[in-house]
Amino acid sequence: MRKTVQNLKVIENLQLNDDHHLLQLEVPDQLETIFPGQFANLLVNHSPGVFLRRPFSIYSVDYIKNTISVFIKEIGEGTRALGQTPVNSYINSMFPLGNSFTIPNEPEKILLVGGGSGVASLMNLAQELNKNLNDVYILIGARSSADLVELEHFSQYGTVYTTTEDGTQGEKGYVTNHSILRDQFGQFKRIYSCGPEPMMRAVAAKAKSQSVFCEVSLENTMACGFGVCLCCVTETIEGHKCVCTDGPVFNINQLKWQI
Amino acid sequence: MADLSTTIHKLELKNPVLTASGTFGYGLEYDDFLDVSLLGGIVVKGTTIHPRQGNAYPRMAETASGMLNSVGLQNRGARYFATDIYPKLTKYNTNVLVNVSGSTIEEYIACAEIINELDHIAGIELNISCPNVKEGGMSFGTSCGSIENVVSAVRKVYQKTMIVKLTPNVTDIGELARAAEYSGADSLSLINTLLGMAINAETRKPVLATITGGLSGPAIKPIALRMVWEVAKAVNVPLVGMGGIMNATDAIEFFLAGASAIQVGTANYIDPTITLKIIDGIDSYLNYHKFNKLSDIIGCLQL
Repeated sequence: MRKTVQNLKVIENLQLNDDHHLLQLEVPDQLETIFPGQFANLLVNHSPGVFLRRPFSIYSVDYIKNTISVFIKEIGEGTRALGQTPVNSYINSMFPLGNSFTIPNEPEKILLVGGGSGVASLMNLAQELNKNLNDVYILIGARSSADLVELEHFSQYGTVYTTTEDGTQGEKGYVTNHSILRDQFGQFKRIYSCGPEPMMRAVAAKAKSQSVFCEVSLENTMACGFGVCLCCVTETIEGHKCVCTDGPVFNINQLKWQI
Repeated sequence: MADLSTTIHKLELKNPVLTASGTFGYGLEYDDFLDVSLLGGIVVKGTTIHPRQGNAYPRMAETASGMLNSVGLQNRGARYFATDIYPKLTKYNTNVLVNVSGSTIEEYIACAEIINELDHIAGIELNISCPNVKEGGMSFGTSCGSIENVVSAVRKVYQKTMIVKLTPNVTDIGELARAAEYSGADSLSLINTLLGMAINAETRKPVLATITGGLSGPAIKPIALRMVWEVAKAVNVPLVGMGGIMNATDAIEFFLAGASAIQVGTANYIDPTITLKIIDGIDSYLNYHKFNKLSDIIGCLQL
Protein backbone atom coordinates (compact mmCIF):
# COMPACT_ATOMS: atom_id res chain seq x y z
CA MET A 1 0.00 0.00 0.00
CA ARG A 2 1.12 3.60 -0.42
CA LYS A 3 2.74 5.37 2.47
CA THR A 4 0.34 7.17 4.75
CA VAL A 5 0.27 9.17 7.98
CA GLN A 6 -2.76 8.42 10.16
CA ASN A 7 -3.85 8.57 13.77
CA LEU A 8 -4.24 4.96 14.86
CA LYS A 9 -6.27 4.00 17.91
CA VAL A 10 -4.60 1.72 20.45
CA ILE A 11 -7.15 -1.07 20.93
CA GLU A 12 -4.88 -3.34 22.96
CA ASN A 13 -1.65 -2.87 24.91
CA LEU A 14 -0.23 -6.18 26.12
CA GLN A 15 2.64 -5.93 28.58
CA LEU A 16 4.74 -8.98 27.73
CA ASN A 17 7.34 -8.55 30.49
CA ASP A 18 9.06 -5.73 32.37
CA ASP A 19 9.94 -3.68 29.31
CA HIS A 20 8.19 -5.21 26.29
CA HIS A 21 4.77 -4.18 25.01
CA LEU A 22 2.70 -5.39 22.10
CA LEU A 23 0.38 -2.66 20.82
CA GLN A 24 -2.50 -3.37 18.49
CA LEU A 25 -3.40 -0.30 16.44
CA GLU A 26 -6.66 0.16 14.57
CA VAL A 27 -6.32 1.62 11.09
CA PRO A 28 -9.27 3.80 10.00
CA ASP A 29 -8.72 3.35 6.24
CA GLN A 30 -8.96 -0.07 4.61
CA LEU A 31 -5.59 -1.82 4.89
CA GLU A 32 -3.88 -3.02 1.77
CA THR A 33 -1.08 -5.58 1.75
CA ILE A 34 1.77 -4.89 4.17
CA PHE A 35 4.80 -7.01 3.44
CA PRO A 36 6.93 -8.83 6.04
CA GLY A 37 9.84 -6.64 7.09
CA GLN A 38 8.10 -3.30 6.58
CA PHE A 39 7.98 -0.83 9.44
CA ALA A 40 6.03 2.06 10.94
CA ASN A 41 7.44 5.36 12.21
CA LEU A 42 5.53 6.46 15.30
CA LEU A 43 5.16 9.96 16.73
CA VAL A 44 5.79 10.24 20.47
CA ASN A 45 3.29 12.42 22.32
CA HIS A 46 3.87 14.41 25.50
CA SER A 47 7.56 13.63 25.66
CA PRO A 48 9.53 16.89 25.59
CA GLY A 49 12.95 15.27 25.17
CA VAL A 50 11.84 13.44 22.03
CA PHE A 51 11.88 15.31 18.72
CA LEU A 52 11.81 12.66 15.99
CA ARG A 53 9.55 9.68 15.30
CA ARG A 54 10.58 6.19 16.42
CA PRO A 55 10.68 3.31 13.91
CA PHE A 56 9.22 -0.15 14.73
CA SER A 57 8.78 -3.28 12.64
CA ILE A 58 5.19 -4.12 11.84
CA TYR A 59 4.87 -7.24 13.97
CA SER A 60 1.67 -8.59 12.49
CA VAL A 61 -1.29 -7.48 10.43
CA ASP A 62 -4.93 -8.43 10.94
CA TYR A 63 -6.78 -7.63 7.73
CA ILE A 64 -10.15 -8.61 9.23
CA LYS A 65 -9.91 -6.35 12.27
CA ASN A 66 -7.98 -3.84 10.10
CA THR A 67 -5.16 -3.54 12.63
CA ILE A 68 -1.39 -3.56 12.71
CA SER A 69 0.67 -4.56 15.74
CA VAL A 70 4.00 -3.17 16.88
CA PHE A 71 6.36 -4.74 19.38
CA ILE A 72 7.99 -2.12 21.56
CA LYS A 73 10.97 -2.54 23.83
CA GLU A 74 11.39 0.31 26.28
CA ILE A 75 14.91 1.65 25.86
CA GLY A 76 14.65 5.40 26.40
CA GLU A 77 12.15 8.20 26.89
CA GLY A 78 10.48 7.83 23.49
CA THR A 79 10.04 4.06 23.52
CA ARG A 80 8.87 4.22 27.15
CA ALA A 81 6.17 6.77 26.32
CA LEU A 82 5.01 4.74 23.32
CA GLY A 83 5.07 1.42 25.18
CA GLN A 84 2.88 2.85 27.91
CA THR A 85 0.30 4.42 25.59
CA PRO A 86 -3.11 3.73 27.15
CA VAL A 87 -5.81 1.82 25.30
CA ASN A 88 -8.23 4.07 23.36
CA SER A 89 -5.66 6.81 22.83
CA TYR A 90 -4.12 7.53 19.46
CA ILE A 91 -0.64 7.25 17.98
CA ASN A 92 0.21 9.24 14.85
CA SER A 93 1.77 6.62 12.58
CA MET A 94 3.61 6.78 9.27
CA PHE A 95 3.46 3.42 7.46
CA PRO A 96 4.15 1.10 5.74
CA LEU A 97 7.78 2.01 5.17
CA GLY A 98 10.75 0.17 3.74
CA ASN A 99 11.21 -2.94 1.62
CA SER A 100 10.45 -6.50 2.64
CA PHE A 101 11.86 -10.01 2.97
CA THR A 102 11.89 -12.04 -0.26
CA ILE A 103 9.33 -14.83 -0.09
CA PRO A 104 10.25 -18.00 -2.05
CA ASN A 105 8.02 -18.98 -4.97
CA GLU A 106 7.98 -22.67 -3.98
CA PRO A 107 7.79 -24.04 -0.41
CA GLU A 108 11.22 -24.52 1.15
CA LYS A 109 12.83 -25.45 4.45
CA ILE A 110 13.56 -22.11 6.09
CA LEU A 111 15.24 -20.92 9.27
CA LEU A 112 14.43 -17.66 11.03
CA VAL A 113 16.98 -16.42 13.57
CA GLY A 114 15.93 -13.68 15.96
CA GLY A 115 17.69 -12.10 18.89
CA GLY A 116 16.23 -9.79 21.54
CA SER A 117 13.65 -7.39 20.15
CA GLY A 118 14.76 -8.42 16.65
CA VAL A 119 11.95 -10.98 16.76
CA ALA A 120 9.67 -8.01 16.04
CA SER A 121 10.28 -8.22 12.31
CA LEU A 122 10.00 -12.03 12.14
CA MET A 123 6.36 -12.64 13.18
CA ASN A 124 4.77 -11.21 10.05
CA LEU A 125 7.38 -13.13 8.04
CA ALA A 126 6.70 -16.43 9.86
CA GLN A 127 2.97 -15.99 9.23
CA GLU A 128 3.49 -15.29 5.53
CA LEU A 129 5.91 -18.22 5.08
CA ASN A 130 3.55 -20.55 6.94
CA LYS A 131 0.65 -19.45 4.74
CA ASN A 132 2.70 -20.40 1.69
CA LEU A 133 3.32 -23.92 3.11
CA ASN A 134 7.03 -23.45 3.79
CA ASP A 135 8.68 -25.69 6.39
CA VAL A 136 9.53 -23.01 8.96
CA TYR A 137 11.98 -23.27 11.90
CA ILE A 138 12.35 -20.36 14.27
CA LEU A 139 15.39 -19.94 16.51
CA ILE A 140 15.08 -17.23 19.14
CA GLY A 141 17.74 -16.10 21.58
CA ALA A 142 17.51 -13.87 24.61
CA ARG A 143 19.38 -13.03 27.78
CA SER A 144 17.04 -14.92 30.09
CA SER A 145 13.74 -16.81 29.96
CA ALA A 146 11.83 -13.67 31.00
CA ASP A 147 13.05 -12.01 27.80
CA LEU A 148 11.69 -14.80 25.60
CA VAL A 149 8.24 -13.60 24.68
CA GLU A 150 5.53 -14.63 22.24
CA LEU A 151 6.93 -18.17 21.87
CA GLU A 152 3.47 -19.76 21.75
CA HIS A 153 2.45 -17.31 19.08
CA PHE A 154 5.55 -18.14 17.02
CA SER A 155 4.99 -21.88 17.46
CA GLN A 156 1.72 -21.58 15.51
CA TYR A 157 3.78 -20.87 12.41
CA GLY A 158 6.84 -23.10 12.79
CA THR A 159 9.03 -25.21 15.03
CA VAL A 160 10.54 -23.01 17.73
CA TYR A 161 14.00 -23.42 19.29
CA THR A 162 15.40 -21.17 21.99
CA THR A 163 18.63 -20.17 23.67
CA THR A 164 19.23 -18.06 26.76
CA GLU A 165 22.54 -16.64 27.89
CA ASP A 166 21.88 -17.72 31.48
CA GLY A 167 20.51 -21.14 30.57
CA THR A 168 17.08 -20.54 32.13
CA GLN A 169 15.35 -21.79 28.98
CA GLY A 170 16.42 -23.75 25.90
CA GLU A 171 20.10 -24.23 25.15
CA LYS A 172 22.51 -22.15 27.19
CA GLY A 173 24.61 -19.59 25.33
CA TYR A 174 24.27 -17.32 22.36
CA VAL A 175 21.73 -18.00 19.65
CA THR A 176 24.57 -18.42 17.17
CA ASN A 177 25.88 -21.42 19.15
CA HIS A 178 22.60 -23.36 19.04
CA SER A 179 22.97 -26.99 17.94
CA ILE A 180 20.57 -26.52 15.02
CA LEU A 181 23.06 -24.10 13.47
CA ARG A 182 25.87 -26.59 14.07
CA ASP A 183 24.20 -29.88 13.08
CA GLN A 184 21.38 -29.10 10.67
CA PHE A 185 22.42 -25.89 8.96
CA GLY A 186 22.95 -27.54 5.58
CA GLN A 187 19.28 -28.53 5.37
CA PHE A 188 18.01 -24.98 5.17
CA LYS A 189 17.49 -23.32 1.80
CA ARG A 190 17.01 -19.85 3.25
CA ILE A 191 17.94 -17.98 6.40
CA TYR A 192 16.28 -14.76 7.58
CA SER A 193 17.64 -12.91 10.59
CA CYS A 194 16.95 -9.88 12.73
CA GLY A 195 18.57 -8.88 15.99
CA PRO A 196 21.80 -7.39 17.34
CA GLU A 197 24.30 -6.78 14.54
CA PRO A 198 27.03 -9.13 15.91
CA MET A 199 24.43 -11.91 15.90
CA MET A 200 23.34 -11.17 12.35
CA ARG A 201 26.97 -11.03 11.20
CA ALA A 202 27.61 -14.47 12.74
CA VAL A 203 24.50 -15.89 11.05
CA ALA A 204 25.51 -14.22 7.78
CA ALA A 205 29.03 -15.67 8.00
CA LYS A 206 27.59 -19.16 8.47
CA ALA A 207 25.19 -18.70 5.53
CA LYS A 208 27.91 -17.31 3.31
CA SER A 209 30.31 -20.16 4.09
CA GLN A 210 27.67 -22.65 2.92
CA SER A 211 26.27 -20.49 0.11
CA VAL A 212 22.81 -20.34 1.64
CA PHE A 213 20.43 -17.49 0.70
CA CYS A 214 20.36 -15.08 3.64
CA GLU A 215 18.54 -11.81 4.30
CA VAL A 216 18.97 -9.63 7.38
CA SER A 217 16.87 -6.73 8.66
CA LEU A 218 19.01 -3.80 9.78
CA GLU A 219 18.37 -1.10 12.32
CA ASN A 220 19.73 2.44 12.22
CA THR A 221 18.96 5.86 13.62
CA MET A 222 16.76 7.68 11.13
CA ALA A 223 15.25 11.14 10.98
CA CYS A 224 12.61 10.71 8.28
CA GLY A 225 11.97 7.02 7.48
CA PHE A 226 11.20 7.61 3.79
CA GLY A 227 14.49 8.28 2.08
CA VAL A 228 14.95 12.04 2.13
CA CYS A 229 17.29 12.84 5.03
CA LEU A 230 19.96 10.29 3.99
CA CYS A 231 20.98 9.83 7.63
CA CYS A 232 20.40 6.07 8.05
CA VAL A 233 22.78 4.84 5.36
CA THR A 234 24.67 1.58 5.43
CA GLU A 235 27.64 0.52 3.31
CA THR A 236 26.70 -1.72 0.35
CA ILE A 237 28.49 -2.92 -2.77
CA GLU A 238 26.64 -0.11 -4.60
CA GLY A 239 27.74 2.57 -2.10
CA HIS A 240 25.73 4.13 0.72
CA LYS A 241 22.11 2.97 0.78
CA CYS A 242 19.31 4.11 3.07
CA VAL A 243 18.18 1.51 5.60
CA CYS A 244 14.70 3.10 5.54
CA THR A 245 14.01 2.77 1.81
CA ASP A 246 16.62 0.47 0.23
CA GLY A 247 16.22 -1.66 3.39
CA PRO A 248 15.64 -2.46 6.16
CA VAL A 249 16.02 -5.91 4.57
CA PHE A 250 19.28 -6.59 2.73
CA ASN A 251 20.63 -9.73 1.15
CA ILE A 252 23.98 -10.36 2.86
CA ASN A 253 25.68 -10.31 -0.55
CA GLN A 254 24.72 -6.64 -0.91
CA LEU A 255 26.43 -5.65 2.34
CA LYS A 256 30.11 -4.94 2.77
CA TRP A 257 30.34 -6.97 5.94
CA GLN A 258 33.74 -8.55 6.51
CA ILE A 259 32.44 -12.08 7.06
CA MET B 1 -8.76 33.65 1.18
CA ALA B 2 -5.94 36.19 1.39
CA ASP B 3 -3.50 36.75 -1.45
CA LEU B 4 -0.53 34.55 -0.49
CA SER B 5 1.51 35.19 -3.62
CA THR B 6 5.03 36.50 -3.28
CA THR B 7 7.98 37.25 -5.52
CA ILE B 8 11.62 36.24 -5.31
CA HIS B 9 13.34 38.19 -8.09
CA LYS B 10 11.77 36.69 -11.27
CA LEU B 11 10.10 33.83 -9.43
CA GLU B 12 6.35 34.15 -8.97
CA LEU B 13 5.33 32.02 -6.01
CA LYS B 14 1.64 31.20 -5.50
CA ASN B 15 2.37 31.01 -1.81
CA PRO B 16 5.50 31.68 0.27
CA VAL B 17 6.14 28.10 1.42
CA LEU B 18 9.15 26.33 -0.08
CA THR B 19 10.94 23.22 1.13
CA ALA B 20 14.52 23.32 2.37
CA SER B 21 17.17 21.48 0.43
CA GLY B 22 18.15 18.12 1.85
CA THR B 23 14.86 17.65 3.65
CA PHE B 24 12.57 17.06 0.67
CA GLY B 25 14.59 14.73 -1.58
CA TYR B 26 13.46 15.44 -5.14
CA GLY B 27 9.84 15.95 -4.14
CA LEU B 28 9.00 12.51 -5.56
CA GLU B 29 9.50 10.89 -2.16
CA TYR B 30 6.55 12.99 -0.93
CA ASP B 31 4.11 12.07 -3.71
CA ASP B 32 2.37 9.51 -1.46
CA PHE B 33 1.78 12.16 1.20
CA LEU B 34 0.80 15.37 -0.58
CA ASP B 35 0.33 17.17 -3.90
CA VAL B 36 3.74 18.85 -4.25
CA SER B 37 2.31 21.27 -6.84
CA LEU B 38 0.34 23.01 -4.07
CA LEU B 39 3.59 24.39 -2.60
CA GLY B 40 5.16 27.69 -3.51
CA GLY B 41 8.14 25.68 -4.66
CA ILE B 42 10.64 23.03 -3.74
CA VAL B 43 14.41 23.14 -3.44
CA VAL B 44 15.81 19.74 -4.28
CA LYS B 45 18.76 17.98 -2.69
CA GLY B 46 22.22 19.59 -2.81
CA THR B 47 23.77 18.72 -6.15
CA THR B 48 27.43 18.67 -7.11
CA ILE B 49 29.12 18.18 -10.48
CA HIS B 50 30.60 14.83 -9.41
CA PRO B 51 28.69 12.07 -7.56
CA ARG B 52 29.36 12.04 -3.81
CA GLN B 53 29.00 9.16 -1.36
CA GLY B 54 28.66 11.55 1.57
CA ASN B 55 30.14 11.04 4.99
CA ALA B 56 30.61 7.92 7.09
CA TYR B 57 27.84 6.99 9.53
CA PRO B 58 26.38 7.53 12.12
CA ARG B 59 25.21 10.74 10.47
CA MET B 60 22.41 11.80 12.77
CA ALA B 61 21.96 12.68 16.43
CA GLU B 62 18.69 13.74 17.98
CA THR B 63 19.11 16.74 20.29
CA ALA B 64 16.88 18.87 22.48
CA SER B 65 14.30 20.37 20.08
CA GLY B 66 16.32 19.48 17.04
CA MET B 67 18.83 17.23 15.38
CA LEU B 68 22.39 17.18 14.10
CA ASN B 69 23.20 15.77 10.69
CA SER B 70 26.45 15.15 8.87
CA VAL B 71 25.24 13.73 5.56
CA GLY B 72 27.88 15.55 3.54
CA LEU B 73 26.06 16.25 0.25
CA GLN B 74 25.48 12.64 -0.79
CA ASN B 75 24.12 12.84 -4.35
CA ARG B 76 24.59 11.21 -7.74
CA GLY B 77 25.92 14.25 -9.53
CA ALA B 78 24.49 16.97 -11.80
CA ARG B 79 24.55 14.86 -14.99
CA TYR B 80 22.59 12.02 -13.38
CA PHE B 81 20.16 14.62 -12.02
CA ALA B 82 19.69 16.12 -15.50
CA THR B 83 19.15 12.80 -17.30
CA ASP B 84 17.41 10.60 -14.71
CA ILE B 85 15.67 12.79 -12.15
CA TYR B 86 14.83 16.07 -13.88
CA PRO B 87 12.40 14.46 -16.40
CA LYS B 88 10.32 13.19 -13.47
CA LEU B 89 10.07 16.67 -11.96
CA THR B 90 8.50 18.41 -14.96
CA LYS B 91 5.10 17.11 -13.81
CA TYR B 92 5.14 19.55 -10.90
CA ASN B 93 3.17 22.72 -11.49
CA THR B 94 5.31 24.80 -9.17
CA ASN B 95 8.80 26.28 -8.92
CA VAL B 96 11.53 23.65 -8.75
CA LEU B 97 14.93 24.95 -7.67
CA VAL B 98 18.21 23.06 -7.40
CA ASN B 99 20.64 23.55 -4.55
CA VAL B 100 24.09 23.75 -6.15
CA SER B 101 27.31 23.01 -4.29
CA GLY B 102 30.95 22.26 -4.99
CA SER B 103 34.47 21.89 -3.64
CA THR B 104 35.98 24.46 -6.00
CA ILE B 105 34.69 27.46 -7.93
CA GLU B 106 35.13 25.46 -11.14
CA GLU B 107 32.84 22.75 -9.74
CA TYR B 108 30.15 25.30 -8.85
CA ILE B 109 30.35 26.74 -12.38
CA ALA B 110 30.20 23.33 -14.08
CA CYS B 111 27.19 22.29 -11.98
CA ALA B 112 25.35 25.59 -12.56
CA GLU B 113 25.96 25.33 -16.33
CA ILE B 114 24.24 21.94 -16.44
CA ILE B 115 21.28 23.15 -14.37
CA ASN B 116 21.04 26.29 -16.54
CA GLU B 117 20.07 24.07 -19.50
CA LEU B 118 17.02 22.61 -17.72
CA ASP B 119 13.96 24.66 -18.75
CA HIS B 120 11.69 23.57 -15.90
CA ILE B 121 14.21 24.46 -13.19
CA ALA B 122 13.19 27.95 -12.10
CA GLY B 123 16.38 28.85 -10.28
CA ILE B 124 19.28 27.71 -8.21
CA GLU B 125 20.14 28.06 -4.57
CA LEU B 126 23.89 28.46 -4.33
CA ASN B 127 25.03 26.50 -1.29
CA ILE B 128 28.06 28.21 0.20
CA SER B 129 27.09 27.12 3.67
CA CYS B 130 27.19 23.32 4.06
CA PRO B 131 29.04 22.63 7.33
CA ASN B 132 29.57 18.93 6.57
CA VAL B 133 32.10 18.86 3.74
CA LYS B 134 35.84 19.12 4.14
CA GLU B 135 36.41 21.23 1.05
CA GLY B 136 34.22 24.01 -0.29
CA GLY B 137 30.74 24.34 1.16
CA MET B 138 30.78 26.55 4.21
CA SER B 139 34.37 27.65 3.68
CA PHE B 140 33.13 29.70 0.70
CA GLY B 141 30.53 31.41 2.83
CA THR B 142 32.55 32.69 5.75
CA SER B 143 34.56 35.48 4.16
CA CYS B 144 33.51 38.36 1.90
CA GLY B 145 36.33 37.69 -0.56
CA SER B 146 35.44 34.04 -1.19
CA ILE B 147 31.71 34.87 -1.39
CA GLU B 148 32.47 37.46 -4.08
CA ASN B 149 34.61 34.99 -6.01
CA VAL B 150 32.11 32.13 -6.11
CA VAL B 151 28.92 34.19 -6.47
CA SER B 152 30.22 36.42 -9.26
CA ALA B 153 31.69 33.40 -11.10
CA VAL B 154 28.39 31.49 -11.05
CA ARG B 155 26.48 34.68 -11.93
CA LYS B 156 28.36 34.81 -15.25
CA VAL B 157 27.06 31.37 -16.32
CA TYR B 158 23.62 31.25 -14.69
CA GLN B 159 20.91 33.52 -16.09
CA LYS B 160 17.80 32.61 -14.10
CA THR B 161 17.09 33.39 -10.45
CA MET B 162 20.07 32.75 -8.19
CA ILE B 163 19.47 32.57 -4.47
CA VAL B 164 22.58 32.43 -2.27
CA LYS B 165 22.21 30.36 0.92
CA LEU B 166 24.10 31.84 3.83
CA THR B 167 25.72 30.15 6.81
CA PRO B 168 25.01 31.31 10.36
CA ASN B 169 28.49 30.24 11.48
CA VAL B 170 29.93 33.76 11.08
CA THR B 171 30.48 36.85 13.19
CA ASP B 172 28.67 39.44 11.08
CA ILE B 173 26.10 37.95 8.70
CA GLY B 174 25.02 41.36 7.42
CA GLU B 175 28.45 42.06 5.98
CA LEU B 176 28.54 38.68 4.19
CA ALA B 177 24.99 39.23 2.92
CA ARG B 178 26.07 42.53 1.36
CA ALA B 179 29.01 40.77 -0.32
CA ALA B 180 26.64 38.20 -1.86
CA GLU B 181 24.22 40.92 -3.02
CA TYR B 182 27.03 43.01 -4.49
CA SER B 183 28.33 39.94 -6.37
CA GLY B 184 25.04 39.33 -8.15
CA ALA B 185 22.75 37.32 -5.88
CA ASP B 186 19.07 37.85 -6.76
CA SER B 187 17.99 36.73 -3.33
CA LEU B 188 19.48 35.35 -0.11
CA SER B 189 18.25 32.35 1.86
CA LEU B 190 19.14 31.84 5.48
CA ILE B 191 20.03 30.14 7.67
CA ASN B 192 21.81 26.87 6.90
CA THR B 193 22.53 24.64 9.91
CA LEU B 194 24.62 25.69 12.89
CA LEU B 195 27.78 23.73 13.53
CA GLY B 196 27.39 21.59 16.64
CA MET B 197 28.31 18.28 18.20
CA ALA B 198 26.93 15.50 20.38
CA ILE B 199 28.85 13.26 22.78
CA ASN B 200 27.85 9.89 24.20
CA ALA B 201 28.93 10.04 27.84
CA GLU B 202 28.71 6.25 28.25
CA THR B 203 31.09 5.41 25.42
CA ARG B 204 32.98 8.72 25.77
CA LYS B 205 32.84 9.04 21.99
CA PRO B 206 31.27 11.57 19.62
CA VAL B 207 27.84 10.45 18.35
CA LEU B 208 28.54 11.48 14.76
CA ALA B 209 31.23 9.78 12.69
CA THR B 210 32.39 13.23 11.58
CA ILE B 211 32.44 14.46 15.22
CA THR B 212 30.64 17.71 14.31
CA GLY B 213 27.47 18.25 12.30
CA GLY B 214 24.79 20.77 11.41
CA LEU B 215 22.08 21.58 13.94
CA SER B 216 18.53 22.14 12.69
CA GLY B 217 15.03 22.20 14.12
CA PRO B 218 13.19 24.55 16.49
CA ALA B 219 16.31 24.86 18.67
CA ILE B 220 17.80 27.25 16.08
CA LYS B 221 14.73 29.39 15.31
CA PRO B 222 15.62 32.36 17.55
CA ILE B 223 19.05 32.60 15.92
CA ALA B 224 17.55 32.33 12.44
CA LEU B 225 14.99 35.07 13.18
CA ARG B 226 17.68 37.39 14.50
CA MET B 227 19.82 36.81 11.42
CA VAL B 228 16.94 37.35 8.95
CA TRP B 229 16.15 40.60 10.73
CA GLU B 230 19.81 41.73 10.58
CA VAL B 231 20.19 40.80 6.91
CA ALA B 232 16.90 42.50 6.01
CA LYS B 233 18.38 45.74 7.28
CA ALA B 234 21.64 45.16 5.38
CA VAL B 235 20.46 44.35 1.83
CA ASN B 236 17.72 45.17 -0.68
CA VAL B 237 17.26 41.76 -2.36
CA PRO B 238 14.35 39.58 -1.17
CA LEU B 239 15.06 37.06 1.58
CA VAL B 240 13.99 33.45 2.03
CA GLY B 241 13.91 32.66 5.74
CA MET B 242 14.34 29.29 7.36
CA GLY B 243 15.49 27.67 10.57
CA GLY B 244 13.25 25.59 12.81
CA ILE B 245 9.91 26.49 11.24
CA MET B 246 7.39 23.97 12.61
CA ASN B 247 4.07 25.76 12.10
CA ALA B 248 2.38 28.80 10.56
CA THR B 249 3.12 31.07 13.53
CA ASP B 250 6.83 30.39 13.12
CA ALA B 251 6.51 31.28 9.43
CA ILE B 252 4.67 34.53 10.22
CA GLU B 253 7.51 35.52 12.56
CA PHE B 254 9.98 35.17 9.66
CA PHE B 255 7.79 37.34 7.39
CA LEU B 256 7.64 40.02 10.09
CA ALA B 257 11.44 39.87 10.41
CA GLY B 258 11.73 40.57 6.70
CA ALA B 259 11.53 37.31 4.74
CA SER B 260 9.51 37.33 1.50
CA ALA B 261 9.22 33.55 1.53
CA ILE B 262 10.17 30.74 3.89
CA GLN B 263 11.53 27.21 3.68
CA VAL B 264 10.39 24.32 5.83
CA GLY B 265 13.12 21.77 6.58
CA THR B 266 13.40 19.39 9.49
CA ALA B 267 9.65 19.58 10.23
CA ASN B 268 9.03 17.62 7.00
CA TYR B 269 10.60 14.55 8.63
CA ILE B 270 8.11 14.53 11.46
CA ASP B 271 5.03 15.45 9.44
CA PRO B 272 5.47 15.14 5.66
CA THR B 273 2.26 17.15 5.13
CA ILE B 274 3.32 20.02 7.41
CA THR B 275 3.90 22.42 4.49
CA LEU B 276 0.22 22.34 3.50
CA LYS B 277 -0.82 22.98 7.11
CA ILE B 278 1.55 25.95 7.23
CA ILE B 279 0.06 27.41 4.02
CA ASP B 280 -3.45 27.11 5.49
CA GLY B 281 -2.27 28.61 8.77
CA ILE B 282 -0.72 31.64 7.08
CA ASP B 283 -4.01 32.26 5.28
CA SER B 284 -5.93 31.98 8.56
CA TYR B 285 -3.57 34.44 10.26
CA LEU B 286 -3.95 37.02 7.47
CA ASN B 287 -7.74 36.68 7.48
CA TYR B 288 -7.97 36.88 11.26
CA HIS B 289 -5.81 40.00 11.38
CA LYS B 290 -7.62 41.49 8.36
CA PHE B 291 -4.67 41.64 6.00
CA ASN B 292 -5.63 41.18 2.34
CA LYS B 293 -2.25 40.01 1.19
CA LEU B 294 0.95 38.47 2.50
CA SER B 295 3.04 41.45 1.38
CA ASP B 296 1.21 43.55 4.00
CA ILE B 297 3.20 41.87 6.76
CA ILE B 298 6.65 41.34 5.19
CA GLY B 299 9.21 43.28 7.21
CA CYS B 300 6.45 44.85 9.30
CA LEU B 301 7.91 44.13 12.71
CA GLN B 302 6.49 46.75 15.12
CA LEU B 303 9.35 48.36 17.00
